[in-house]
Parts: sequence; C-alpha cells; structure tokens
Amino acid sequence: MSHYSYIAFIPLLPLACFFILGLFGRKYFKTFSGTIGTFSIFISTILSLYIAYQYFFIEGKVNSVFQNIIAMKFTWLQFAPNVSIDMGILLDPISVMMIVIVSFISLMVHIFSLGYMKGEERFATYYAFLSLFTFSMLGLVLSSNIFQIYIFWELVGVSSFLLIGYYFEKPSAVAASKKAFIVTRFADLGFLIGILILAFYSGTLDFGTLIERLTSVQSPAFIEISSATFLGASMLTWGLVLVFIGGAGKSAMFPLHIWLPDAMEGPTPVSALIHAATMVVAGVFLVARLFPVFSIDLTAMQIVTWVGAFSALFAAVVACTQTDIKRVLAFSTMSQIGFMMFSLGVSKYGGENGLGYTGSMFHLFTHAFFKSLLFLGAGAVIHVAYSNDIKELGGLRKIMPVTHITFLIACLAIAGIPPFSGFFSKEDILLAAYHSSKLIYGIAVFTSGLTAFYMFRLYYSIFWSKDFHKHESSHGEGTLSMKIPLIVLGVCTIFAGFVPVSSFITSDGAPLESHIDMAFSAFPVLMAVTGILLATYLYKTQNNRSRIIASSLGRFYKIVHRKFYIDEIYLFITKKIIFNSIGRPAAWIDKNIVDGLMNFLATTTENISVLIKRLQSGKVQNYALYFFGGIIGLAALFIYLLK
Amino acid sequence: MSEISITHILFVSTALFFIGMYGLFTRRNMITMLMAIELILNSVNINFVAFNKYLYPGKLDGVFFAIFIITIAAAEAALAIAIIINLYRSHHSIDVEDASELKY
Repeated sequence: MSHYSYIAFIPLLPLACFFILGLFGRKYFKTFSGTIGTFSIFISTILSLYIAYQYFFIEGKVNSVFQNIIAMKFTWLQFAPNVSIDMGILLDPISVMMIVIVSFISLMVHIFSLGYMKGEERFATYYAFLSLFTFSMLGLVLSSNIFQIYIFWELVGVSSFLLIGYYFEKPSAVAASKKAFIVTRFADLGFLIGILILAFYSGTLDFGTLIERLTSVQSPAFIEISSATFLGASMLTWGLVLVFIGGAGKSAMFPLHIWLPDAMEGPTPVSALIHAATMVVAGVFLVARLFPVFSIDLTAMQIVTWVGAFSALFAAVVACTQTDIKRVLAFSTMSQIGFMMFSLGVSKYGGENGLGYTGSMFHLFTHAFFKSLLFLGAGAVIHVAYSNDIKELGGLRKIMPVTHITFLIACLAIAGIPPFSGFFSKEDILLAAYHSSKLIYGIAVFTSGLTAFYMFRLYYSIFWSKDFHKHESSHGEGTLSMKIPLIVLGVCTIFAGFVPVSSFITSDGAPLESHIDMAFSAFPVLMAVTGILLATYLYKTQNNRSRIIASSLGRFYKIVHRKFYIDEIYLFITKKIIFNSIGRPAAWIDKNIVDGLMNFLATTTENISVLIKRLQSGKVQNYALYFFGGIIGLAALFIYLLK
Repeated sequence: MSEISITHILFVSTALFFIGMYGLFTRRNMITMLMAIELILNSVNINFVAFNKYLYPGKLDGVFFAIFIITIAAAEAALAIAIIINLYRSHHSIDVEDASELKY
C-alpha cells in the first residue's frame, strides 16, 4: 500500500512546524509564526480530506465492507526475532474520520487564534504547542499498534499540560496544568498495565492481530486470557477495564473528571481544540478501537455503560449550577462524552446491533463541530466582555451578531433539536440505549433535557438577560479571523447531521441502513423543548425566579454547585490520607535514615582525619622516625611472623 | 694472622648505623644530619663488603654494590647541599625545625 505513504505528511507537517516555531519562532518569526502554523495545518487538512475521499469513496471498500489498510509499517524496536515494537499507520473508518475532525478543528482553532492571541508575548510558543498537540493527536488516531498509541497518548497529555499552563504567571493555571497532568497520568498507569496484560496473553501489540486473536473463541490466546482469573474476574476483563481506566482519565469520566473543569484555565481556543473536540474523545476512540474485544466481555461493557451514563447525568446536573461560561461548557463536554461512552457500552458487535457504536462515532463527529463552536464563541465573548462569569454578562446579542447566531445554532444542536446535527447523532444513541436497557434510556433522555436547559441558561445569560454596558476599552466583535471559524463551524454544525455516517462507520465495517423514527424521536425532542422553555422562562429576562428556585432547593443546590464536593474528597484523600500515611513516613525515612547514613559516613571520615592529621607535622625528623619505625615493624613482621 | 670474625665487623657496622641514626634524630643542623646519613650509608657499605668476603669469597657483587652506594652518596651529598643552600636563602637558617611549613 505504498501509494498511501504520503499520509505520513499529515502528522509530520505539524511536527516540523513545532520544531521550527519552537526553536526559532520567538526570535525570527515573531509576527508571522501564526501564519506558518496555520498554513502547515491547512495542508494537513487538505490531505486528510483527500484521504477521506479516497478511502470512503474509492479504495476503502472491498465487497462492500470497509477494510483496515496498513498504510505504512516499520520495525522500531526489535527485542527478539518475533518480539518487536512497530510504528505504523492504520487506516480504517474511525481513524480516517478522526484525522479529518482533528485537522479540521485544529485548522479552525489556528485561524481563530490569529485574532484571539494577537499581541501575546509568547505568540510563537503558543503556535508551537498547538502544532505539537495536533501532531500527537493525529499520530494517536493513526496508530497501528497499542504501544504506539500509548506513546502518542502521553504526548497528547504533555502538550495538553503545556497549553493549560500557557499563562504560567497565574498560579491557578499552573495548579490546573499540574492537576490535569497528574490525574491523567494516574489513569495512564491503568492503561499501561492493561496494555501489558492484553499484549502478554495475545503475544502481539498490533491492533489487527490482537483483535483477531482475542475475539476468536477457539484461539489459544483467548482460552488462556479468559480462563486465567484474578480476584474473581478473568484477565480479559481486567485488561479491558484497565485500558478503559486510561481512556476514562483522558475523557474525564467520573471519578477521574476533576481535571477537566480546571483545565479551562488555558487559552479559550485551546479549550475548544483539546478539551472539547479532540483530546477528551481519545478515551472514546480507544474503546472504539478495541471495540471487537470489548464487545465480547460483558463485564467490561457494563462498566463502560454505567460509567458513561453516570458521568453524563452527573455532569449535566453540575453544569446547571455553574456560573463560569467555560466551566459550564466543560461539564457539558463531560456529559456529551458520557453519552458517547455509554453508547459504546450498550452496543454489540456487527449488523443492526452495532447501532450504538455508529451512534457514538456519529456523536463524536457532530460534537466536535458544535462544541468547538461553543468554545470559540465563548472565547469571542470573553474577548469582548473581559469576563467569563455569566452573572456579569448579558445583552451581548446586539454587539456580537455573528457570535450570537452561531452560538444559538450550536446550542440548538447540542440540545438535539432537528434538523441540527446533534439531533441525528443523539437519536442513534438514544435508539441504541432504548434497545439495550430502559434505565439507561431514561437517564439519557433526562440528561438531554437537562442539556437543553443548561445550554439555554448559558445562552440567555450571555446574550439576553440584562443590557450590556460597554467598557471604555471595549472593541467590536473581533477580527475577521475570529469570525470565519465561527461561521464555518456554524455551517458544519447545521449540515453535519446529514452526513450518512452509518453507511461509513459501523462496528464490523459493513454499511448500516439508518432511518429516523418519527414516533421515537418525538419524546426526546419534547424533553429538549421543555428544557429550552424552562430556561427561557427563568433566564431570558432579568428576574429572580431562578434565585427563588435555587434557594428553595437549599442544601442540595449548594452541594451541586460545589460539584458534589468531589474535589474536596480528592483533596482529603491526597492531603490527609496519602500525605500523612505515605508521604510523611517516606520523608522521615529519607531525612533520618537515608540522609543520616550519608551524614554518618561523612562525619566519621572527618573525625578520623582530624585525629590522624597530626602525623603530618612538617618536621623532617618525625618523618624519618616514622620511616624507621616502619622498617623495624616490617622487619619484625618478616622475621617473626612470616617465617 | 688469625682472621677477624664476621661478628666483629657486623658489630662495628651496627654501631656505626645507630650512631648515624642517633645523629639524624637529635641534630637540628642540616649539615650534621647530612653527615649522619653518610654514616648510615657507610655502615651499609661495610655490611656489603663483609658479607661478600665471608659468604661468597669468589664473587665481587657485594663490592660492586659498595662502590655503587659510594657513587650514590656523592650525588646525594651534592643534592642535599644544594637543598640546604636554597633553604638558607629562603629561611636564613639551616635549622631543620625552622622549615616546617609543609604540614596539614
């Protein structure tokens, strides 16, 4: 498949851009480093779209089933004749879809940042980090084996760390970047152990071979991994659950979600790219990548389903009480990713049963557009109003017409109102949930009603409510480079739903007939409309109805507002329990035993040398005496003792 | 003429050696110390010649060693006197106690 080798340019161009801007950017390309970064990602986007066209319409299908194509492969580390770590590029429907999303959203964010980040001191560094992130994410989705994906997984984590901590003068940004890194790193430990378990039993790291060996029931690898048990669960379950923990960490699933709201300390376009559209769906992508293996292990699937469903509901409830625009969006991201997760969890492998898989990928696709649009819109609002607290905002619709319209489109899409894109993808997910479990379906419908409510609460608070008082220093809506991405993403958000994803992306590669069931979709849409109407009643004009409701809920409202005290629980566990029971004893051992041993050696040497230094008196005759005494001693030794 | 036994000769050389040793340890004047060292060297010479004569009468190795040591002693005396002169120049003294800066 050598004619696909140009695909390597898609991730390599941002990498080259990272090196150029990172090394020389601040000195030589201070003003046009943004242009360089945007241009390189523009070429990557063109290539991605071309590949998507080639793959989906011309070469990808064999006997009307999409094939996995290894576009490139070389051995990277060779340990033994049969044991090696390869680097490669794998093309299959989800990886092709992901490179299009990642490069396209990244392009939009690059363009938006031209206006948003203008005049920053570390403008070139910002673009270098963006390029590094884009490279890592593209490498992650194209990875052909599980070890390679782990490498890029960590690279994505580190570039996210760098971008969250971009404003490193702010202590809160530094704390947030550390928190994000440590929490995801902790989850990645599970991922690594999961990789080791799966690779140990299947004897390979390559995705294709691994899936083949672990899904055929007669293969020796499958028999071994499912018969070996540890603490009552088979090794297959353990491996998959540990891999899922890694994915849950990156995708901010409960209880590893605590880093995502804080990650909003980074520049807003970064939140749009990393913490909404691309990096946080890496966990979903990982589960989808290993989906054939997941689908045969019911325990792991149950865990995926319930973690996803609970996260979706939890985040939606918390989002209703937050007042920071970006935090509301962060919780809505967590909630939508929860949708994708449980959709994977309720899905089965193959044919009509794989609807959940398709729905999850479809939602990933549409979510990327409307969520990055929401974040970029929020960025534009913050840029104009210098505030991200919705209590201070209001009435911006007159000043920012473009942002207003596009934000409204995105809100309608995320609420699931037809014919916007979110409706179609959410419909698939709800249908899959309905066929699997009524309880999950109930949670999902309730959550989508909540989603509509809190998104429109945000919308009305920003653009309606009270009148906006212009600051003296306020400027207009922003530059053209900030409006273009909003408009492009707005158009995508409207029309992405009409992409027949189900005929391209299915669990087994064979196209699936999709159909919209009017009777079925009526109820969720009704829920969404109810949510919107409630938000309209409470927030469209300035009134104290919402405050009355909040105070009538009393303590419950406070608990939700403080995000169920999850952060406090984490702090309690880390500060009180881990620090006191592990940290302090370890510090004591280090200070008293390790350091003490070293100090003892040093002081002993010093004392002895003080004692014996008198021998070096500087008097020649003393030396002669020692010499003579030494000779006598030696003579005595040789004559009497060593005869 | 009866032969002098080796014991007598060794007694002389031992006496000479310890006289030299005594001089080396007690005298502070460096020239005297140099002379004491010469005494030690000469006691060794006597030992060499005596052992050569009594143990290996047909050989000359011990005598050669004695001549060798005399040569070394001459060279050593030249060196030592050069050191003493330099010491005198820097310390205005040839007392060995005065030159004890080189210590811990």
